[in-house]
Amino acid sequence: MAEIPILDIRHVGKTYTLGDARIEALRDANLTVKKGEFVCLIGASGCGKSTLLRIVAGFEQPTNGDALMWDKPIAGPAPDRGMVFQDYGLFPWLTVRENIGFGPKSRGRPKSEVAETVERFVNLIGLTRFADAHPHQLSGGMKQRVAIARVLANDAEVVLMDEPFGALDAMTRERLQDELLELWQRTGLTVLFVTHSIEEAIFLADRVVVMEPGPGRIASEHRIELPRPRDVSSPEFNEVRRELGARLHSHHAKKAA
Amino acid sequence: MAEAMIATAPAAAPTRSAGQRLAKRLGPIALSLVVPLLLLLGWHLAVKAGMTRLIPSPAEVAEYMVDFAVGGIWDDAFSATLHLHLLASASRVYGGFLLAAVVAVPLGLLIGRIELVRQLLDPFLQLMRPIPVTAWLPLSMILFGLGPKSAFFLVFLGAFYPILLNTIFGVKNVEPRLFEAASMLGCRGNAQFFRVVLPAALPSIFTGLRLGLGLAWFVIVVGEMTGVPQGLGAVIMDGRTLSRTELVICGMIVIGIAGFVSDRVVVMLMNRALRWSPMHRG
Repeated sequence: MAEIPILDIRHVGKTYTLGDARIEALRDANLTVKKGEFVCLIGASGCGKSTLLRIVAGFEQPTNGDALMWDKPIAGPAPDRGMVFQDYGLFPWLTVRENIGFGPKSRGRPKSEVAETVERFVNLIGLTRFADAHPHQLSGGMKQRVAIARVLANDAEVVLMDEPFGALDAMTRERLQDELLELWQRTGLTVLFVTHSIEEAIFLADRVVVMEPGPGRIASEHRIELPRPRDVSSPEFNEVRRELGARLHSHHAKKAA
Repeated sequence: MAEAMIATAPAAAPTRSAGQRLAKRLGPIALSLVVPLLLLLGWHLAVKAGMTRLIPSPAEVAEYMVDFAVGGIWDDAFSATLHLHLLASASRVYGGFLLAAVVAVPLGLLIGRIELVRQLLDPFLQLMRPIPVTAWLPLSMILFGLGPKSAFFLVFLGAFYPILLNTIFGVKNVEPRLFEAASMLGCRGNAQFFRVVLPAALPSIFTGLRLGLGLAWFVIVVGEMTGVPQGLGAVIMDGRTLSRTELVICGMIVIGIAGFVSDRVVVMLMNRALRWSPMHRG
């Protein structure tokens, strides 16, 4: 273990208190992510995958254990960990440009530098024509591109994505998956991606982390060795899908029994 | 024949569509005039039929209105004084309203955002709220004397609550997601106040300003009952004392129009400021 992982989750648990009830959302999660890795968290609802992501983002504090980034405890939300929400979370009163510039501007970057960064990312996501549009004028796919761009424009090292393409139609989803992979390969980003689609996880990830509910925990990890670009219709892809599907279902069967 | 038809068809089409466009534009205006015109007609007929001796006919009111505005017909104490009264009232309305906005918006932002301020002020303000502005009249006459200050105070009071309450509502209803987005982008703590809370609450703040300005025109009549020499409220009160109903009606009409125009101005500003919000277009 010479190399320090960018993310190190050690025995992390999270229990919410709702009145008198205590809900254990996550129990004893252990996960390390290396720089540049693309990791998908997958599992049924209530398996704690979003909770784990929100702990890494710094929106939640773990009840037990430690969440570390570069060996330092995660103290709260910060620009080095950018979050892409399923519902976009764009600022409706800002234009595409201003949304992308929000982070750099908040961090006190000089005006000319902000403008330059913004132009670069507007072009990168192909929204030059919509640069001065407001979010309500954009399609879901465009909004999610802006959400990704504003995180990247803010120099995020880790991009946390909470079912980012869940609300998009199938065609748009596929295109954004391709675009995301291209970005990831070009920039050496580290991505932690929550999904409930087996196919999406296998298509995107270096490693798939299977989680299961009641209480939420990590059940197994699977390295995806398929060469990129991956072909979802290839027999090899299907074999991995079948295997992983069986794993997911066996976890559920065990739980049901 | 066929050729001629082809030739005329495109020529006819634009004129018809231009006519249709005109009709489409004028249609709503014409429609909105139906009820007022019917009411005017009803009023005219009722006066003609001798149903009342105390109310002048629309034509008489119109004549007084011209005299009130530019004079030259009756040449009494009220001739050609409309602008003076309108200016007096408008300055009180806008003065009181602006002061209310300047106090209520920041206060609402603080109450909505900071628990300590809420606990300190909210119970007191809620307790004062049910007291009608009119009930403050005697007290305000003692505090501010007979005159414009008292009117100013009542207008302030009337506009204050709608602005305050809508601002608080707007702040409390900012989507929590936007705070998360701001904080993960590096905008935390007090910086969120101006970059998230204020713009997100702006639609509600504008609703409050609209209601507040409406109420300011509403209250001005009461405010100007307190012995001010000039103002539309004073005109109405004088008209009542002198049994000059036409003066009362003229004052009412001017207040109605002034209030309407004020509201349109706020709506215009609102549409400009809230271009980003699909709910506030048009």
